[in-house]
Amino acid sequence: MPDAIPRVRVSVTVNGKQYSREVEPRTLLVQFLREELNLTGTHIGCDTSYCGACTVQLNGKSVKSCTVFAFQADGGELLTVEGLARDGELHPVQRAFSDCHGFQCGYCTPGFLMSTLQLLEEHPHPTEWDIRKGIAGNTCRCTGYQNIFKAIRTAAAGGERIGD
Amino acid sequence: MYPGAFAYHRAKSYSEAVSQLSELGEDAKFLAGGQSLIPLMKLRLSTPRHLDDLNFIPETSYIHGNGALRIGALTRHSQIAASPDAAQVPILRDCATGIADPQVRHMGTIGGSLAEADPTGDWAPVLLATGATVKTLGASGERSIDISEFILDAFHSALQHGELVTEIAVPLPNKRSGGAYIALKRCAPVYASASVAVQLALHDDDSCKDARIYLGVLGLTATRVPAAEEALQDRQIDAGLLQTVREAVMDTAEPTSDMRGSADYKREVAGTLAKLALQAAVRRARGEHVEVTHLYA
Repeated sequence: MPDAIPRVRVSVTVNGKQYSREVEPRTLLVQFLREELNLTGTHIGCDTSYCGACTVQLNGKSVKSCTVFAFQADGGELLTVEGLARDGELHPVQRAFSDCHGFQCGYCTPGFLMSTLQLLEEHPHPTEWDIRKGIAGNTCRCTGYQNIFKAIRTAAAGGERIGD
Repeated sequence: MYPGAFAYHRAKSYSEAVSQLSELGEDAKFLAGGQSLIPLMKLRLSTPRHLDDLNFIPETSYIHGNGALRIGALTRHSQIAASPDAAQVPILRDCATGIADPQVRHMGTIGGSLAEADPTGDWAPVLLATGATVKTLGASGERSIDISEFILDAFHSALQHGELVTEIAVPLPNKRSGGAYIALKRCAPVYASASVAVQLALHDDDSCKDARIYLGVLGLTATRVPAAEEALQDRQIDAGLLQTVREAVMDTAEPTSDMRGSADYKREVAGTLAKLALQAAVRRARGEHVEVTHLYA
C-alpha cells in the first residue's frame, strides 16, 4: 500500500528562502523542516502537541509543527528559530534570553523564542498574565520559568534587563 | 511518531470534498485544522487510508455578526477569540480564548472540533448552552441540525460518511442575557478536568427567566443539568440558590477517575465551576463587563 501512494509536492518559503520538495503525505511539518530542509533548530520534544519545542510561525501565527502536516503549509511562509538572527546579530528576543539566562539545557529554547516572538507581536507590553497565556503551550523542565519570564520582560523593555 | 500512510487529496470546494469522500469510501476522512485528528493518527488510534484536505477551500473561515452569528467551519479558535462580532456572545470568547494554548488555537477549527465529537472538547457544552445550529453538506444536500441532535455519543456525531460541517450559527442573545464558560485544567495544553457552560436570561426584576447549564468532560457527551435549570426558573439568584445549583450539578455529573483527578474531586470542581459561571453569567446579563478565564491548578 505505501508504495502506491503518490508523493505530495510542498512548496514553502522558510526564513525568506523558497523550497520545494516531494514528500510522503504523512510527513509532519517538523520532519519536513528537519529532515528535508536540514533546519534542525526546530526541536521535537514530546511529539504529542504538549511541550511546544517544535513551535514555528506559519503565515505569522505560531503552530506546533509536530501536529501539522507539511502539506498544510504548502504555499505558506514559515519562520523558524534559524530565521531570527540577522547579519550575525541575535534577535532582541534571543539576546534577552541569553542575557537573562532564560534556559538551562536549552532544548526547549527554540520553541520558547518563537512563542515569545508571537506574544510580543500581539502584546508589545505584556502583563504577567499575558506572558503566562503566551507561553502556556511551552514546557521547560529545567528552569522553573523564573528566568524565562525575566527574559520576556526584558525583551519587551527593549533589552533593558528587568526583574533582577 | 509517524502516522499511518495515507493518500492525499485536496478539495477545491465543499461540494468537491463531499463527492471525493463518497468515492474514496469508508477509509477516507476530512482534515480541517488537524489538532484532534493528527494526534490520534500519530498514536495510530485513527488510520485513514485517505485524507481530504479542506484547508485550501476558499471562504470557509469567517465570522458574520448580522442577525445570528454565523461562523465558518474552518474558522480557527484564535480568530473567534479576537473577533468583535463573536464578542457579542461572551461565552464564545470564554471558550475560544481558553482552548489549549496559542499554537493549537492558531490551527484548530470550530467545525473540526465539533465533527470530532471528542468528549473532552470545549465547544459542545458552549454551543449547547447557546442553542446553536450546525449546518452541514453531504451527498444528499444541505442540512441544518440543532446542536442538541448533532452530538450523539463520544466521538460520534450526526454526520454521515462524506458529510461535513460548513457553518455554525449561534443566535444572538436577547437583552438581559448572559453566559459564561469556565474549565479547570492542570495546565493549558491538556484536557480540562471539568468545565461548565451557563447561558441565561433575567426578568426585569433580576430573577431568572430561563437558564441552560451544561457540563463538559464529565460524561461521554456534554451533560445538561435540568434540575439546576428548574431550580433557577423565576427565582432570584442568591447564595442559597447558588448552593442548590452546585448540588444539582454534583448530583448530575458522571465523572470517571483518571490522571486528571478522582471522580469525587471532579464532582467538587464541577459544583464550584457552576457557581462561578453562574455568577459571571448573571453579572453579564445585568450589563457588566466581566472577564472570565479558565482556572489552572
